[in-house]
Amino acid sequence: MSNVGIVIVSHSPLVAEGTADMVRQMVGDEVPLAWCGGNGHGGLGTNVEAIMGAIDKAWSEAGVAILVDLGGAETNSEMAVEMIGEPRAQKIIVCNAPIVEGAVMAATEASGGASLREVVATAHELSPS
Amino acid sequence: MSAEAMNKTGAMNKTGTMNKTGTMDRLELKALISATADTIAAHAEELTTLDQAIGDGDHGLNMKRGFEAVRAEADKFAAKPLPDALTAIGTKLVMTVGGASGPLFGTLFMALGKEISPEPDRANLATAFGKAIEAVAARGKSQVGQKTMLDVLQPVHEALAEGKTPAEIVAVADRAADATVPMKALRGRASFLGDRSIGHMDAGARSTALLVRAVAETIEGRA
Repeated sequence: MSNVGIVIVSHSPLVAEGTADMVRQMVGDEVPLAWCGGNGHGGLGTNVEAIMGAIDKAWSEAGVAILVDLGGAETNSEMAVEMIGEPRAQKIIVCNAPIVEGAVMAATEASGGASLREVVATAHELSPS
Repeated sequence: MSAEAMNKTGAMNKTGTMNKTGTMDRLELKALISATADTIAAHAEELTTLDQAIGDGDHGLNMKRGFEAVRAEADKFAAKPLPDALTAIGTKLVMTVGGASGPLFGTLFMALGKEISPEPDRANLATAFGKAIEAVAARGKSQVGQKTMLDVLQPVHEALAEGKTPAEIVAVADRAADATVPMKALRGRASFLGDRSIGHMDAGARSTALLVRAVAETIEGRA
């Protein structure tokens, strides 16, 4: 698929899956989408291996935008991008945006064929800095 | 590695301190892995209690899971040259800790592995440690004074560079962890509490001090 992919990373698998449901309701199958949540051991947390797997699943040559909830999700996502390495890493961006609103807005933008930069900018507009 | 080769590359002397070229053999690396995993396991509850006060309360369990995963593959790590071993240990921590501490402690070891020489002397160790701290600061988008593990790592680095003894370095690390108590957290989950984070020790600073003690005492041969 040529549309930008969306990855949702939450400490809670329920939040991640629920957010993905909301994205699907908006864009159907027009956007590659994957989510992950939990520490991989049944508890709350985020897991680098799972994030790398989600990026693979949502991979698009147009790039992947990652939406995260709290600090550890961001740190682990950045680590995952680094471990995936170039050349793919330059096409993956961790967004600074609220996870639910960011994912829905970014996916909607992506479903219209927008570039990675445009998709990320749309998510970032939600986070006045 | 043969006994002869071990001597040539710098085996420990009888008292367990580093030899004069300051190199490390695979037995010592195994001892270090064991000592760090032991101290994290022994203090897991304490770390969790500290983290419950001003964080999300998973630090002890997460760190224990990671260091036990490293211990489980100690032979594999110890068979590698020191830089590769540290990099592999860091990667293992990243993959197994499962919280923000995973990438932070993982980055510390991975960057140390990248910078350290196969047979480090004190000067190389200090330089590599300094670079590793910079990598941790970049990963956590943090700096000294924000009530994090950096508040222990930085004074330990200075003590290392100044040629302090292992016992002195341990004291520096413990004092530095204590010094995070009156600080206000500016990074991580604790920062959400603002002024309410004051009066509690940072869990990451405490675990860092514990690791420093385990490493220093193993090298000193008093473990």
